[in-house]
Amino acid sequence: MLYAVAVFAPLLGSVVAGFFGKAIGDRAAQAVTILCMLLASACGVASFVSLVYQGGTPGVVDLGTWVDAGSFHVSWALRYDTLSAVMVAMVTCVATLIHIYSVGYMSHDNSIARFFSYLSLFTFAMLMLVTADNLLQLFFGWEGVGLASYLLIGFWYEKPSACAAAMKAFIVNRIGDLGFAVGIALVFFTFGSIQFGDIFAAIGQHSADTYHVLGGTWPAFEVIGVLLFIGAMGKSAQLGLHVWLPDAMEGPTPVSALIHAATMVTAGVFLMARMSPLLDHAPGALAFVAVVGGSTALFAATIGCVQNDIKRVIAYSTCSQLGYMFVAAGVGAYQASIFHLLTHAFFKALLFMGAGSVIHAMSDEQDIRKMGGIWKKIPLTYTVMWIGSLALGGVYPFAGYFSKDAILEAAWASDSASGHYGFWCGLIAAFLTAFYSWRLLILTFHGKPRADHHTMEHVHESPAVMTVPLILLAIGAVVLGFLFRDQLLGEHWQAFWGQSIQIAADNHVLHAMEEVPGWVALAPSVLGFAGIALAYFMYMAVPSLPGQLASAFAPVYRFLLNKWYFDELYDAVLVRPLMALSRLLWQVGDATLIDGIPNGMASLTSDSSAQVVKVQTGSIANYAFAMLIGVVALISVFLIFR
Amino acid sequence: MNAAGFPLLSLLTFLPLAGAVVIMSVRGDEATVAANARWTALWTSLIVFALSLILWVRFDPSDPGFQFVEQASWLPQWGITYKMGVDGISVLFVLLSTALTPICILASWEAIQTRVREFMLSFLILETMMVGMFCALDFVVFYMFFEGVLIPMYLIIGIWGGPRRVYAAIKFFLYTLAGSVLMLLALLAMWYAAGTTDIPALLKYSFPASMQTWLFLAFFASFAVKVPMWPVHTWLPDAHVEAPTAGSVILAGVLLKMGAYGFLRFSVPMLPLASAYFAPFIYTLSVVAVIYTSLVALAQTDMKKLIAYSSVAHMGVVTIGIFTINMQGVSGALFQMLSHGVVSAALFLCVGVIYDRMHTREIARYGGLASRMPAYAFTFMLFTMASVGLPGTAGFVGEVLVLIGAFKVSFWLALLGSMGMILGAAYMLYLYRRVVFGRLTKDELKSILDLSPREIAVFAPLIILTLWMGIYPSSFTSFWDASVSAMVEHHQAALLLHDTVKLAGVMK
Repeated sequence: MLYAVAVFAPLLGSVVAGFFGKAIGDRAAQAVTILCMLLASACGVASFVSLVYQGGTPGVVDLGTWVDAGSFHVSWALRYDTLSAVMVAMVTCVATLIHIYSVGYMSHDNSIARFFSYLSLFTFAMLMLVTADNLLQLFFGWEGVGLASYLLIGFWYEKPSACAAAMKAFIVNRIGDLGFAVGIALVFFTFGSIQFGDIFAAIGQHSADTYHVLGGTWPAFEVIGVLLFIGAMGKSAQLGLHVWLPDAMEGPTPVSALIHAATMVTAGVFLMARMSPLLDHAPGALAFVAVVGGSTALFAATIGCVQNDIKRVIAYSTCSQLGYMFVAAGVGAYQASIFHLLTHAFFKALLFMGAGSVIHAMSDEQDIRKMGGIWKKIPLTYTVMWIGSLALGGVYPFAGYFSKDAILEAAWASDSASGHYGFWCGLIAAFLTAFYSWRLLILTFHGKPRADHHTMEHVHESPAVMTVPLILLAIGAVVLGFLFRDQLLGEHWQAFWGQSIQIAADNHVLHAMEEVPGWVALAPSVLGFAGIALAYFMYMAVPSLPGQLASAFAPVYRFLLNKWYFDELYDAVLVRPLMALSRLLWQVGDATLIDGIPNGMASLTSDSSAQVVKVQTGSIANYAFAMLIGVVALISVFLIFR
Repeated sequence: MNAAGFPLLSLLTFLPLAGAVVIMSVRGDEATVAANARWTALWTSLIVFALSLILWVRFDPSDPGFQFVEQASWLPQWGITYKMGVDGISVLFVLLSTALTPICILASWEAIQTRVREFMLSFLILETMMVGMFCALDFVVFYMFFEGVLIPMYLIIGIWGGPRRVYAAIKFFLYTLAGSVLMLLALLAMWYAAGTTDIPALLKYSFPASMQTWLFLAFFASFAVKVPMWPVHTWLPDAHVEAPTAGSVILAGVLLKMGAYGFLRFSVPMLPLASAYFAPFIYTLSVVAVIYTSLVALAQTDMKKLIAYSSVAHMGVVTIGIFTINMQGVSGALFQMLSHGVVSAALFLCVGVIYDRMHTREIARYGGLASRMPAYAFTFMLFTMASVGLPGTAGFVGEVLVLIGAFKVSFWLALLGSMGMILGAAYMLYLYRRVVFGRLTKDELKSILDLSPREIAVFAPLIILTLWMGIYPSSFTSFWDASVSAMVEHHQAALLLHDTVKLAGVMK
């Protein structure tokens, strides 16, 4: 019951703020949504605690029938198990903090009620996603968060760039969703149900099923795994379908923190963990997941090193961290991927909101080249940004240290080619992560002020309504790691996870990762410190060096600065040709070819009748002559064929 | 005699005609006549709608056969009777027609200022024809109503349409009539073969395999134009662009469903062998329709044309679903027909709202409406999302069921048939962005007004329906579950019988 309240309270808040925001005023709309969120997070945490620590029984809250057609039966239902409960607790807590933070951050905006309504709507959709008991309801939440993300990226709809980014996010996500939807169809085709309970119970009897596609016969589980992962790639911005995430930074900063860092983008990772009983029997699909994840982790980190927009740096870092999570899922360490998801939610939300606080202080400036020298003026923001960066960089004992190391150890311990690929990518990315994080810290806070005098005078610490959430998130970023490490990944992980994560009998990666060689455990920290040292050297000690390097390796620099030219590539290969094709189909296909036939027939009729009309001259002599010819012709025919 | 206790279906069919007679008899100056015609038409259609709700309440979903059947002798020497009845497949389309008519009348309240009486007259006659068509249980009666729809629609486009209305009206008429001629021939052939035009009897009659092929092609010519399927779809954008708002609404909402309904009522159950044989051909045309017309929609600069092309794409999904001939596919097709009836009707109304204010459908003439018209922006967004097929709205359920049904047939059919998911999002969001988002800079838009109470009254039922269908679709699917599963079983039995007969022939 508490659980259902946790899910539906945000919807109530959203509806009230959305439809009656005008009537009740901004203050009241904020109050209602935040109260609903507080209620939701209290219920969310309570149901998590009672399930995991007080011996509650997992179950399903049935809400009614949704779709029903023949044997295809889908219910509205809330699944109550550890995986869902831990996600509900995390989502409601982070979302509540972000709601509160937004009161301060959005105080100058003129559609505050709309903003809070969207935020709560998003939270509701995300909760529906993580509590889904079947794939279709998961898809409902999946698309719902997509809608909310679209609305929030395009929140400042008067800015053309925001509208373009919103559209891009939705459409790119839809490409992944198509794979997801077809995957759901294949699950139904294979199992005869899309209810999680039915699927997981029938894993054994369908593990030998095959499916024929693309000229080959594949194990059905592999095809399902790949199709679902394509969906996850869209939502979680993995290599190829990542292009929407950096652009999504057009939305207000709290949105970036909530949606494009802490929660929505991790939906793909959640999907992998949710489907773990099936995926663990699809080694090929998992290898694909690990390779894509590893590549994304490295790829996004390289771009993060040269970006100048404070939010975009963090956005690429998100992309890269999501890659880590997929590496973990890809080597069968689903627990580690969710662990990183949880710690990441806190420290990344912290970083984004810290960045928001900086932007707020700098009068809406986002370019780190125009910042610097402000650490004394905003000490609190400065401190929490340090904490966030330490957690992101994986420095002991901050949260990121535990989860990132676990992933890299698991990747090494998996002893597979794809796992090792993920390990090496992740290791290099760890170095780059530390580098770009401290590059960001140094450029933003240290050195000589590069902003104009006027801006510098206005630099001020944010109000308490913004800093208190920051402090709470910072506490999470510090303590969550060592608090949960052993529960989630230790020997007795089953005590925590229950049946919500099921792995194959031959999956020993969690055990094996405790026994990796010493250097594997040590390498990420060493490389992390090396990254920090390099950033210090380049931006503090010899500040002229980055410019020299950029001009010395201009092609590489431009390649990275332009994000590997992915946008340009897609524009040239997909967008333009498709637009040209659509114009061609319209003007040539429809207007000329298809319409040519009826229009041609019509004009043929009228033209020929116009010709025939000329025969009717009205002169008796002509008619008599024509009659005569006719008579002659008839008689000759008669005589010849008689 | 039937569940209602009185000839309900005939009443629903002919009550609008009575309203039409009342409108015709009004005399007076132009303003009185117009006001009178509006109110009479609205009340008539509202009463018809209220009566049709009896169908919703009293229809027995567990019975796969025809209900509310009524019969009267008409031309006994030819074996033709006047026979009406509905089953799970047709009953909701009757309701769709009776629900959309008052909405259309309300939507043309201010938009139609010339020849108001004749307009309302045409609309009521149109309602008679639509309802009669979905209720008819005799082929000849069906054919009369099916063709009869053309006349009021032709007038609505040709008289109250835009600048190229005559071209559009004639194109519409000729296209649909050309197909119908072949259907008439098929009708005569069936009559000779089976000796009856009674639809329930024909459903039980099995036509020889070779004859099925020809009958199927003849039906196909008529229904494919109506759906419309690619490549006989080009009459639709022209008709939509030129038609007045209410005309577009009823055209998209109900008239497009007539072709698909024809496939479901005649082609699939009466001609099972030919349907199975031609299914791949239909799949091909439908997939082309989905991808081709979605792309064409992307390039449009006229709002109505864009939505018209999107209709063709959505109806492509419907024809895929029908010809998968399995429970999910057919159920999805029916649901998609209903949801398209509501959503595309609402989208045309959305266009109508701003057309009434600015008198242009050019997308480029708009932009930034969100700041002055928040209620409109919300409404338009909701229906845009429903058109895109967002879960929780009406558009999703049909699409996902057809996807599941198509997947049973072929992976590629499912994948390509669902391309609309991506392309639909592209053209609809692109439209929304150009019209509603952006900064409001154009001077003529600076004083534009948000939805009036009358317009809110028009949209409110559609909004409720869209969400209801998305969140609790079983209250709709339950109507046809029994009928569809009977149809699917009948189809499989027919195919099986044919195979055994063939096998027996080989064994000899």
